[in-house]
Amino acid sequence: MTDTLPFPGLRGVPAADAPQNRKEFTSDQEVRWCPGCGDYAVLAAVQGFLPDLGLKRENIVFVSGIGCSSRFPYYLDTYGMHSIHGRAPAIATGLATTREDLSVWVVTGDGDALSIGGNHLIHALRRNVNMTILLFNNRIYGLTKGQYSPTSEPGKVTKSTPMGSVDNPFNPVSLALGAEATFVARTVDSDRKHLTEVLSAAAAHRGTSLVAIYQNCPIFNDDAFEAIKDNDTKADAIIPLRHGETIRFGSRGQLGVVRDPTTGGVRVAQDPDDADVLVHDAHAEDPTTAFAISRLTDAGVLRHAPIGIFRQVEAATYDDQAREQIVTASQGTGDRPAALAGLLSSGDTWTVV
Amino acid sequence: MTKQVKQLDRVIIRFAGDSGDGMQLTGDRFTQETASFGNDLSTLPNFPAEIRAPQGTLPGVSSFQVHFADHDILTPGDSPDVLVAMNPAALKANLADIKKGATIIVDSHDFTTRNLNKAAYAESPLENDSLSEYDLHAFELTDMTVEAVKEFGLSRKDASRAKNMFALGLLSWMYGRPTESTIAFLERRFAKAPDIRDANVTAFNAGWYFGETTEAFVVQYEIKPAPMAAGTYRNITGNLALAYGLIAGSTQSGLPLFLGSYPITPASDILHELSKHKRFGVTTFQAEDEIAGVGAALGAAFGGALGVTTTSGPGIALKSETIGLGVMMELPLLVVDVQRGGPSTGLPTKTEQADLLQVMFGRNGESPVPVVAPQSPADCFDAAVEAARIAITYRTPVVLLSDGMLANGSEPWKIPEVADLPVIDPAFATATNHTSAKSPDGEHDEFWPYLRDEKTLARPWAVPGTAGLEHRIGGLEKGEGHGNISYDPANHDLMVRTRAAKVARIAQDIPPMEVDDPSGEAKVLVLGWGSTYGPIGAAARQVRTAGLRVAQAHLRHLNPFPSDLGDVLKRYDAVMIPEMNLGQLSMLVRAKYLVDVVGYNHVRGLPLRAAELADAITDLISTTTQEAPR
Repeated sequence: MTDTLPFPGLRGVPAADAPQNRKEFTSDQEVRWCPGCGDYAVLAAVQGFLPDLGLKRENIVFVSGIGCSSRFPYYLDTYGMHSIHGRAPAIATGLATTREDLSVWVVTGDGDALSIGGNHLIHALRRNVNMTILLFNNRIYGLTKGQYSPTSEPGKVTKSTPMGSVDNPFNPVSLALGAEATFVARTVDSDRKHLTEVLSAAAAHRGTSLVAIYQNCPIFNDDAFEAIKDNDTKADAIIPLRHGETIRFGSRGQLGVVRDPTTGGVRVAQDPDDADVLVHDAHAEDPTTAFAISRLTDAGVLRHAPIGIFRQVEAATYDDQAREQIVTASQGTGDRPAALAGLLSSGDTWTVV
Repeated sequence: MTKQVKQLDRVIIRFAGDSGDGMQLTGDRFTQETASFGNDLSTLPNFPAEIRAPQGTLPGVSSFQVHFADHDILTPGDSPDVLVAMNPAALKANLADIKKGATIIVDSHDFTTRNLNKAAYAESPLENDSLSEYDLHAFELTDMTVEAVKEFGLSRKDASRAKNMFALGLLSWMYGRPTESTIAFLERRFAKAPDIRDANVTAFNAGWYFGETTEAFVVQYEIKPAPMAAGTYRNITGNLALAYGLIAGSTQSGLPLFLGSYPITPASDILHELSKHKRFGVTTFQAEDEIAGVGAALGAAFGGALGVTTTSGPGIALKSETIGLGVMMELPLLVVDVQRGGPSTGLPTKTEQADLLQVMFGRNGESPVPVVAPQSPADCFDAAVEAARIAITYRTPVVLLSDGMLANGSEPWKIPEVADLPVIDPAFATATNHTSAKSPDGEHDEFWPYLRDEKTLARPWAVPGTAGLEHRIGGLEKGEGHGNISYDPANHDLMVRTRAAKVARIAQDIPPMEVDDPSGEAKVLVLGWGSTYGPIGAAARQVRTAGLRVAQAHLRHLNPFPSDLGDVLKRYDAVMIPEMNLGQLSMLVRAKYLVDVVGYNHVRGLPLRAAELADAITDLISTTTQEAPR
């Protein structure tokens, strides 16, 4: 094993001395999610994928907020913090800025990240702090037993909205792109292969990576993502995003995403000409087209959704720049106590004998 | 002309003008001159929350008071001997504080009908006998300034802006202040604008010469240097001393300093100051809000940094939940509250001590947090080091309670030797500390994050990157020892009591109370905390000068209290607690010690007045002991 890893996102994080396995990343705590919860699939994917990163286990930290998914850190045998509602991105910002040698992960949900913690999420994204945010989106409040969430569809009937919700929902991917996040992806809890692929790319990215995961809540919002999971419908429902490839899909390949000159956005067309079908460019500096693609997601009951990496661009990170300023300023500080003595006696002084 | 020189033992000067007149700068320069001359001094800046309130109006008045003497003094003074008023509003807003016979110097240029109207004067006070009981000097300060600097070709507006330096020059002459530091300062400050620099230096010198030659002043005053302990001194404000104390806490513990902060008056200067000192490994993070500021600090603390957040009362309200998380996770965290008038937005630029109960109890659940309060501007340095020591040693959030008076006020500070500062050992956990049933050889084979130190009850601090000590912490109740989630009733009862006991044990490091009672026979004790130290000390002196006996003690640690506080209280027939709130320490002391303390409470946004407090103490002594002043 080498001391450094090939991923820029993990530059500075020490490599493991020997190959690791899934068991080493599994803590001794009993997992307490409901039977059938999508969180199990994501946990299994993460426990399976972390050994492949080849990092020293003690240099990985998972920080979460509050909600069902925020129990995640307890089940991984890394360092972890189960913090308070909505604040994980802020806490992770302090940790990632002071410790370049850590791989910092945030686990959050649609309520945690988009309701109570919305402010911290957008500011972490715009600052581009080196961390990976897993946003479990089940479009419902699970831990508080079934109220609508900021991603629930309009009209949703829940315990707190017996006549139907009149809230307009957030599209987390649109929100992240609006905040000019440098890495934005969407994946699905049940697709282990795609999930792992996206997580790997997110970990490798230097800056804030936002991975929105459609995650089923079998108790309070079962089958919310049925259209994109059901084998009979998913080919027509999933709009697959692969950098450099045309966005063409459908059971017979009959659908494609094309530019829509009337709105300036994009739309799904039936049997479009190959030349008209958009070639996905996740590396485009300008997030406008990525945002337009994100709008193909249904705000109401989900029937269509783009899945994959929307945006993946390189940009300066907050934490790297903050550390660089300290390194630059520290040149020549020399002996610390002597420097402190110099600071304390700076300015106009006088001596009494 | 040769002027008479008269000796004084102390003087209080207040510079007052419009917010844009540079009164804070003028006061600050006079203070620096006075400090380098060797007088003891104490200052009180007082300015509106508005950046530029409408020009010439009463709400726009900004002032700076400096008290200096040939002996040690404790307060900025109750009532100025000299008022410099740059416009009618400044005169009107400050006149009530001035004693009869005091000197008033005004810039008559600004006493126009328009400005008099803005200050609600029906007629000019310079032209009737309303100021006849004062020693009034009205000068055309603006015109003299413009005339003095005309060679530099500035516009009349720019030229007249140097009038504050003319006034400073005049006052510097009157009190024999050394001028070198001000001239050096102006040369530095305006190095990039030579005409402005030269105009300010010239105006300053012109003010001095005017004092020397005018027949209006026949006397120059001399205030001899105050005797001070040998050492090197500088003048320092509380916010600057506090920032230096945080850097010292970092250096003395070897932990990198991380400040997460959101700008708020009157705490922002600590953020500004620390952002200049990245060469000490200081990271300053200007967060999106108060919650993110403390959250990032706590995240940095999890990673092994000295995590600090700075704010004022409204910010504490927002940070409360995160402070509670710090209590539960038992991580070091420094929370600096520079108190201001409340509730809500309250009086942003004025001082108050009304956050004590908020920081003590303003969190859900039983959530004990140590509280430390500095007693003077320079003391903010030592209090910050002490707060860092407690936070790191006991793995706990600590609140450092400063206030607006300490933050912006200044005094001479005897610069400490770095070698004399306490060394703080973070004592990071580096090895497993518990033997599991699976251990093959009976050796420690696992890490228990809540296995406590026997003496301090502090838990081990294992930072990410330490192999074999991987663990999870959080806001849910922890099982004692192993630290896993526990909903067990007996465990919760134990943990609540243990967290309280840990904070109570901090008292074992706190030195015994120092009670100042020169007679040794006082029956009345005056107990204070925070910035009331100065006014209480000054009041006690006045009471003793009048022949009465009174004891004074001051609390640095408000949670836990010093172990002997109860015994000290019981030695006196009466205890008075002066505070700039409605009786918050009084409530704590009454609750804990069942002592019927007498409150003395003012919330005027200003320091307590020593003379009024002396009267209240005298009354208490006479009702307690039947003694009367000689």
